[in-house]
Amino acid sequence: MSQKSMPNKTALSDTATLAIRQWLLNYASALFFIVFVVMWELICRVGKVPVYILPSPVSIVNAFFDVEFSRWLEHLWATLRVALMGFALSICISIPLAIAMVRSEVLSRTIYPALVVIQSTPVVAVAPLIIVLMGTGDMSRVLITCLITFFPLVVSTATGMLETPEELIELSKSLRAPRYRETWQIRIPYAIPHIFSGLKVSITLAIIGAVVAEFVAAEKGLGYFIQFSTSFFKIPQAFAGLIFLAVVSLVLFKSVQWAQQWLYPWSIPKNKR
Amino acid sequence: MTKASERAFVRMEQVGHCYDPAAGNMAVQQIDLEIHRHEFVAVVGPSGCGKSTLLRMVAGLLIPSAGKVSVFDRQVTEPRDDVGIVFQKPTLLPWLTVRDNVLFPLKHKYGLVTAADKVRAEELLAMAGLAQFSARMPDELSGGMQQRVGIVRALLLNPDILLMDEPFSALDAMTREQIGFDLLDIWTEHPKTVLFITHSISEAVLLADRVLVMSQRPGTVLDLIEIDIPRPRSSATINSPRFAELTARIRKHIYEPEVHA
Repeated sequence: MSQKSMPNKTALSDTATLAIRQWLLNYASALFFIVFVVMWELICRVGKVPVYILPSPVSIVNAFFDVEFSRWLEHLWATLRVALMGFALSICISIPLAIAMVRSEVLSRTIYPALVVIQSTPVVAVAPLIIVLMGTGDMSRVLITCLITFFPLVVSTATGMLETPEELIELSKSLRAPRYRETWQIRIPYAIPHIFSGLKVSITLAIIGAVVAEFVAAEKGLGYFIQFSTSFFKIPQAFAGLIFLAVVSLVLFKSVQWAQQWLYPWSIPKNKR
Repeated sequence: MTKASERAFVRMEQVGHCYDPAAGNMAVQQIDLEIHRHEFVAVVGPSGCGKSTLLRMVAGLLIPSAGKVSVFDRQVTEPRDDVGIVFQKPTLLPWLTVRDNVLFPLKHKYGLVTAADKVRAEELLAMAGLAQFSARMPDELSGGMQQRVGIVRALLLNPDILLMDEPFSALDAMTREQIGFDLLDIWTEHPKTVLFITHSISEAVLLADRVLVMSQRPGTVLDLIEIDIPRPRSSATINSPRFAELTARIRKHIYEPEVHA
């Protein structure tokens, strides 16, 4: 705001406060990030922290560029492939399973306890056993990823389907429509927002699953890269791998959000569209 | 031989319902009601008196645990094709346009809609003053407009019986009055047998031919009042002395039940 349009002094200061407030709302997280990185760098330099304990941001960036880009891509692809295959497998299993469970109480009562048992067993502990059982190929890594991702999807899909307004189910009954149409035309679309919350949780878990599997047995992948770098005390390089992994995870999360916005815009509350 | 229009269309004989037979407490009991063809009957009563239970039994969504409900001398044992239901909330499907929401009963029942159905949906929307909104999504409409769409949806299959479960209770007072008159217009143009559940006494008197007053749970019939106010009714009706008399009579039942017990 220029002085001319806002001659009143108090009004001007109010506008200024508002503008600062808005600016903070928009950029607070970016600002925090920058301050955090700068502080980190300063602490490392001033405190002369050894690089194998806490590498400075600059050394991490350097380490990132020391590794050839094609090698990064190779590792990225290995992790991404397993994560996405596991995620896809998980979708293929959990959504039909949730639908079946909602439709049949007997099935739901039979399977639900088993699902809870699987979910309660730490996948990290089971991973080595799966590798022993199924070998060190992609299949076992995909299975580990699938195990870690499917539960949130089953629960969110089933919850969404069960939260369908009772009136719509009555509408369906009053029309004496076949039950599969109640499922397809009412319950499943109603579950879409829930399914997408489940997908958002699952996609980040998929990366965790892939990395856990690589920790156990792999000769490629970002998880393997981090472990390998750490064991050779290339700590800046391990940090670079870690940050790269976090960025990948973030992009995948955002992609699910974009997919929802693009495919089902109605499923996002109006003020967030 | 009585004329068809004078025979009971919907008949309830000693109807009662109990949601939990183990506990044995009835939600409604001993309801006797005959509704004539194309008659507009409103049901008023305190919350939880089983008004909605009554409606669901006529719809065939609930089977009464006592007595029987019949439509045109046939006992209701399952949902009927000639019944349209309007719920308290519009319950439109948020992923369908207004027109597809109106067409939904057909799509849901038969799996397909024809070009003629689409034309009919547009006509019905135009009748409800919603022609220009047919391509919009439900959340772009106001609450009143959404409920109009809900009514239009119930009319799509051209039902003989229109069951309305507190359809306007979520709307603000002004919208509510207007949509009530719009409903009367539609009803005059396309006569239907209407069972209208409401907790608004004035709404019941304003719209209906007869008003059934129900008691607290277990709901029974306290009074069945003939509303002899001539039609067409308008906002002026509310100021007429007869309107005041009738609403006072119902109010007395609701607020001083012991007098009549």
